[in-house]
Amino acid sequence: MLSELPAILIAGPFLAAFAVSIFTWLDSRYCYPITLIGLVVSLVSSTALLASIAQSGPIQYTFAGWSPPMGIELRIDLLNGLVLVIISCLALLNLPASRGFLQRDMPEKTGTFLALYLLFVTGLLGVTATSDLFNLYVLIEITSLASYAMIAMGASRRSPLASLNYVFIGVIGASFYLLGVGYLYIMTGSLNMSDVASLLPAIASSQAVMVAFVFCMVGVWIKMAFFPLHIWLPNAYTFAPLAASRAIAPLMTKVMIYVMIRLMVSVFGLDYIFEQLDLQQAVVGLAALAIIAGAVMALAQKELKRMLTYIIVAEIGYMVGGAWLGNQAGMTGAVLHIINDALMTFCLFLAAGNMAFVLKDLHFDNLKGLFRSMPLSMGGFALAGMSIVGIPPTCGFFSKWYLILGSLQADSHLFLVALIASSLISAVLFLRIIEKGFFEPLHSHGQAVHHQAEAPAGEAPPMMLIVLAVATVGLFAVGLLSGSIVSNLILPVLPGGLM
Amino acid sequence: MEAIESIRPLLAVLVSALVIPVLISSGGRPNIREAWTLLAGLIKFSIVVSMLPAVLKGQEFTVTLFQVLPGVPIAFRVDGLGLLFALVASFLWMVTSIYSIGYMRGLEEHSQTRYFSFFALALSATIGAAFAANLLTLYLFYEILSLSTYPLVAHHQDEKSRASGRKYLAYILGTSIGLVLPAMLICYHLAGTLEFSQQGFLAGQAGPTALLMLFLLLLFGFAKAAIMPLHSWLPAAMVAPTPVSALLHAVAVVKVGVFSIVRVMTGVFGIDLLAELSLGTAAGTIAAVTILIGSLIAMSQDELKRRLAFSTISQLSYIVLGVALLTPKGMIGGIMHIAMHAFGKITLFFCAGAIMVATGKKYISDMDGIGRAMPITLGAFFIGAMSVIGLPPCGGFISKWYLVLGTLQAENLVFLVVILTSSFLNAVYFLPIVYRGFFRPPPQQGGAASVQITEPIWCVVPLVVTAIGSIALFFYPELFIELVRRAVLRE
Repeated sequence: MLSELPAILIAGPFLAAFAVSIFTWLDSRYCYPITLIGLVVSLVSSTALLASIAQSGPIQYTFAGWSPPMGIELRIDLLNGLVLVIISCLALLNLPASRGFLQRDMPEKTGTFLALYLLFVTGLLGVTATSDLFNLYVLIEITSLASYAMIAMGASRRSPLASLNYVFIGVIGASFYLLGVGYLYIMTGSLNMSDVASLLPAIASSQAVMVAFVFCMVGVWIKMAFFPLHIWLPNAYTFAPLAASRAIAPLMTKVMIYVMIRLMVSVFGLDYIFEQLDLQQAVVGLAALAIIAGAVMALAQKELKRMLTYIIVAEIGYMVGGAWLGNQAGMTGAVLHIINDALMTFCLFLAAGNMAFVLKDLHFDNLKGLFRSMPLSMGGFALAGMSIVGIPPTCGFFSKWYLILGSLQADSHLFLVALIASSLISAVLFLRIIEKGFFEPLHSHGQAVHHQAEAPAGEAPPMMLIVLAVATVGLFAVGLLSGSIVSNLILPVLPGGLM
Repeated sequence: MEAIESIRPLLAVLVSALVIPVLISSGGRPNIREAWTLLAGLIKFSIVVSMLPAVLKGQEFTVTLFQVLPGVPIAFRVDGLGLLFALVASFLWMVTSIYSIGYMRGLEEHSQTRYFSFFALALSATIGAAFAANLLTLYLFYEILSLSTYPLVAHHQDEKSRASGRKYLAYILGTSIGLVLPAMLICYHLAGTLEFSQQGFLAGQAGPTALLMLFLLLLFGFAKAAIMPLHSWLPAAMVAPTPVSALLHAVAVVKVGVFSIVRVMTGVFGIDLLAELSLGTAAGTIAAVTILIGSLIAMSQDELKRRLAFSTISQLSYIVLGVALLTPKGMIGGIMHIAMHAFGKITLFFCAGAIMVATGKKYISDMDGIGRAMPITLGAFFIGAMSVIGLPPCGGFISKWYLVLGTLQAENLVFLVVILTSSFLNAVYFLPIVYRGFFRPPPQQGGAASVQITEPIWCVVPLVVTAIGSIALFFYPELFIELVRRAVLRE
């Protein structure tokens, strides 16, 4: 049973996706329960996997008995075990929280959406679990295709265009990655990660390997929206249906960060990247720039969801920079931030979704006095915002701690300044909204302000609030437990080459 | 130093946070809600007092909660210094809660449930900071305190109070994230620990210039101490309801700032290192400048609460100056001033609030003859003023006496002159108010039809209590002196 877990993990949502698409024709009432079952299966098996890995080490699984490097292999260690749990957990949590949107906004398309959603989750889980470079490409494309389709289902007239834009840029990113893998295949004759990793040191001085590395990185950076390759992200995430963006925004970029770290650690090797290539300074500098640019662009926004999308751009800078600092603290911060940022972004989008469920338009002026009508959603939003700012004991503080420590150890002052500056700017971002929501009166004494015609109708449905409450508690729980998360789950997988 | 593993510090911190759900759920029934606040205050104070005998015997209460970072847990340790601060804060919270009832109902304030809830949260954070065993725990509660007091500052929700709230957070949160956070990480990077210890943990970890920079980052970073030029949030925060100004912006918040600086000086750097690098003189000089300028600006303020605010800015730096003298007497004086100034200044704020409730007057120039209608209030004001000036028979005399002795011990005549000059200035800006209130005739407007002014009883009782407290501290300062001795001299 245990040895089959990696397959069950992915087969759960995958088979459910098929079942859902069949039941869309037969009886669409069953679509939702089937989706739920599929996601529960993946959560249970990913948790069981992580527990077993923590005790007895990495698990390998080969499909159809073809042994690597010929066959496709799934290899799950603590690093991707952790990411798998996050994916399956957030994907499951998002489902009940989004049911209201599905029933209200797309009652006839619910089945289609759920099938796509399951495919998306399947893709993410596969991307995270696989240890085959080409298989990784295929799964990234499955994930992306599902997300293109979900984004295009948005209610806004601009959704299809945003999705199309994302398709174009996404395809470019995938092509870069594929080219990089092609070079690697030519040079080594293998696609299995550990196999490639064992073959690379002998040819490390080759230009082709460097090109392969750069192509892979650029591809992944486009997919994760690393500044300045981020232009597709704000529109895609803003105009997506909330049920989709609440899963895509926290998970998609984070999984791509994981892929970057996996390629760095397990394929090319940190020795190669930091000693043979002279890219570290440039990438960390770019990450600092991403952080500042994301924060400043967020500052210029007047609509809540859009602002959040730019915060994602800044947060990506955190993780890329941390991974490229080249020391243990930085890498720890980057990995910890994958978990934390997934949780924080999820929480923020949940709260924004609750508001959007009631308000429809999240222009800042509409948020005035919202604390009175939606205290719980606003409260959750405020706490998640504090986590982005990095106020202890929320989880955001602790990953920022490791990132700052890493930049101190690496003497990377630019990155340090960027981290501190973005914390300050985030404080402005969120306090601005909190001030509006908490302290500005709903009706400005007779002045004609353009808030909605109808008065806010009160809180979002209970299910949405429960999920938000769970996620908010998670912010604190992960923060307070970050000591043991780091020492038990993150430090053991970081290669010893890191200082 | 004997350590006792105990959850009492944790309970003392949590009591007021745990009562918040109860406060919210009884929001519709104000009497029950306020009863809960008072009960929580009483429990909190009792728990703090229960630790007193053991601490006086030289023991310390410790509890470790979460090992959040390698070598840095979230942990509490109750020593003399922390207990002194916690005693003052938790006692004055009870008094302020009674006062709040009179004030908030007297002015028919809105959102009282929110007010009492965040007040309770602020007190949890204050006690947490007092008991923090390391810099990270201190920082954690410092930040919680900043955020929990923001809704209290912006309470009135009009443009002015929102602007003040923005200014408040810009200064407080801006410095804590912009200066303290990197400084704390540099400390951790250098020493691998953040645990307060008697000799500090930075000695020999970096060069003098780096340590000087680090010291300045921390000194200015804890901007709640309102050291100039990072002081102007405090006068702005006076838009808050008066009980907030009284407890938070004369006692809890500002003193958490000073307390943090004291912890940094004694527990992070250590007295010996400060002396070796002449950082004591640096801090003392910065504090001395704040003392004098604060007093001078206070003289020019006509709004009573603003005058009190500038007086607070000046008095806070006495504490920093005292510790920066690095002599036993100076440190005792400085730390004693945390308690002495608390009782004196809270009395003054209570009086300002009582005057506002009874007459609606905010400006000193309108207060002619007010003592005839409100003799008890103005009498208490006189006592509070004497304590802040440092005249017997009030507690402020004791701390200033030690401060003066401290400057002599350090053979630093400049600081001596600063302390004496500022005390003179204190008299110049406080005593005319008392004179005006008692001896000038009230303005004869509207003939005899002027409304009969009565002193609101819920406001008067607390200010009498704190005024008596100020006098009592003059006659019985031994308890606090003993605690400070434990904290500073580790005898």
